[in-house]
Amino acid sequence: MTDNKLINLMNITKSFGDTVVLDDLNLYIRENEFVTLLGPSGCGKTTTLRIIGGFETPNKGQVIFEGKDITKLPPNERQLNTVFQKYALFSHMTIAENIAFGLKIKKKSKAYIQDKIKYALKLVNLDGFENRMPDSLSGGQQQRIAIARAIVNEPKVLLLDEPLGALDLKLRQDMQYELIRLKNELGITFVYVTHDQEEALTMSDTIVVMNQGYIQQIGTPEKIYNEPENAFVADFIGDSNIIPSIMVEDKLVTILGANFPCVDIGFGKNKPVDVVIRPEDIDLVKPEEGIITGRVTSLLFKGVHYEMEVMANGREWLVHSTDLSPVGSEVGIKVDPYDIQIMNKPESEDEQAAEIAQ
Amino acid sequence: MNTNKISKESLEKSSKNGLQVPHTLSVKWLSFPYLVWMIGFIIIPLIMIVYYGFTANEGGFTLSNLELIADPINQKALILALELSIVSTIICLLLAYPLAIILNNSKMKSNSFIVLIIILPMWMNFLLRTIAWQNILEKTGVLNNVLHFLHLPAVNIINTPTAIILGMVYNFLPFMVLPIYNVLIKIDKDVINAARDLGANTSQTFLKIILPLSLPGVVSGITMVFVPSLTTFVISSILGGSKIVLIGNVIEQQFRLGNWNTGSGLSLVLMVFILFSMTILSKYDKGSEGSNLW
Repeated sequence: MTDNKLINLMNITKSFGDTVVLDDLNLYIRENEFVTLLGPSGCGKTTTLRIIGGFETPNKGQVIFEGKDITKLPPNERQLNTVFQKYALFSHMTIAENIAFGLKIKKKSKAYIQDKIKYALKLVNLDGFENRMPDSLSGGQQQRIAIARAIVNEPKVLLLDEPLGALDLKLRQDMQYELIRLKNELGITFVYVTHDQEEALTMSDTIVVMNQGYIQQIGTPEKIYNEPENAFVADFIGDSNIIPSIMVEDKLVTILGANFPCVDIGFGKNKPVDVVIRPEDIDLVKPEEGIITGRVTSLLFKGVHYEMEVMANGREWLVHSTDLSPVGSEVGIKVDPYDIQIMNKPESEDEQAAEIAQ
Repeated sequence: MNTNKISKESLEKSSKNGLQVPHTLSVKWLSFPYLVWMIGFIIIPLIMIVYYGFTANEGGFTLSNLELIADPINQKALILALELSIVSTIICLLLAYPLAIILNNSKMKSNSFIVLIIILPMWMNFLLRTIAWQNILEKTGVLNNVLHFLHLPAVNIINTPTAIILGMVYNFLPFMVLPIYNVLIKIDKDVINAARDLGANTSQTFLKIILPLSLPGVVSGITMVFVPSLTTFVISSILGGSKIVLIGNVIEQQFRLGNWNTGSGLSLVLMVFILFSMTILSKYDKGSEGSNLW
């Protein structure tokens, strides 16, 4: 991948009234990337997307697209297209007219438009829907038409604002595969907004985790999951055990009074840190084989695995395993050194800006 | 309610006999009061008008009451009423639509406040509002006093068609603003954003998206202004004097003189015009939910 910055957001600050939603945000997006802005409600991800699309203007900062400053450019002059959360189809027009809308504005020929409509409907697996009205379609179908309407204009970038939010689980999963397929077929850059971390992990090349207007971490799905850089990211993505601990020295950490060998270095000596251990990385063994011991306090069958809670050294540990340990049994806890992730404690609530790790 | 008691008993009885009584029966009884009202105050009077319209003074079937419309005076009155009401409706539309758009785009959070200030004039009596305009427009009225103060020539608006149009627009403008405003606020902002996103500039967005989607409100507004304007006689009496006679005045006159037959005949002709216009208008309201005044 070349270091080609297609979109560059520089020092973006945005407030709504007294609320500061984005504070000095810096972010760039490369060509052909599938970038997901991930975070809880109110973290600023949708606002960021809307600023890229031109539906909001930042109070401070610039939006650079292909080297040109488009901050003040209205949405209709930007070479991007958006898929909205509630589809926003034109209810007074047929499906064909909806899809053709952008092309007609560009004054394309009738033949060209006809071809494009056919192509777009085929792409989203809705052949023959030309003369239907939007209200007669199901949610999933409307969503696909919204996507067709956007991509038919061959934008360089496709912006998607939580497009799968209103669909049921099965449909959402199908659509996720569809979107990946589309991206590969069309070769355009996707900027995707969601609060669903599973969606982000499934589809993205790069995930940007956001909270309260700040970027928490940027990385590949694997990196974000396996090496979260702070407690927020660790907690937001997947289940985790986050335990305040002491980094004794390189490759050794004391968790709740017990020494665990690990692989991280460079945190200093006797430094307070946060430790993240994923539930699936904890092995429950015989008490004498574990580093610490505890008692199982709860057992749930989750289909994919059993979820157990183990009370050990004064803390409830979350454990995922395909083997079950019954409630009340004494167990030993063992964790592979490689699976212990050390994170710096944040200095203050505001110290959240992360470096671009790639 | 008495009727509910009856239906409950009859339900119990029926179920004892093993008869199936539909649940909707008890619900239907709730519409009973309105049915009585509708039959008593709408259907029966309508039937009476049809009866009188087709009956001669002396009795017996006749079409002469309807043919009265061909009388030059009556024709003139009908045509003048049509002209004035059409002009008023158009003026209302041209004033109301931009106002509705401005109100829709305003940052004011309170929708109910906006609706309040539009409805506020309606809190005062219709007759008083019209008489107030008479005060403003007469020869020695407020308007001419102001003009005199500014050393401008006096104008003679009272007792002209212009005065009547002013009166119609003033009285019926809220009825045009509200339906249009109500439809505009229901348009999802992201639909507008989608149009912009796809390349449409402001005027393209308006013509291709906003205007077509607002059509049900426009149709509703036109109906709420055109029909009362066409049939009015109060506005023409007060602001037009005895010189300007609209079809409403003709009909009112006939009924005042006790000529129920001729009055009804002319009313029926007027009704046909209204039904005709409504049919044309309903073609633009393609079965969408139809935005009503409130």
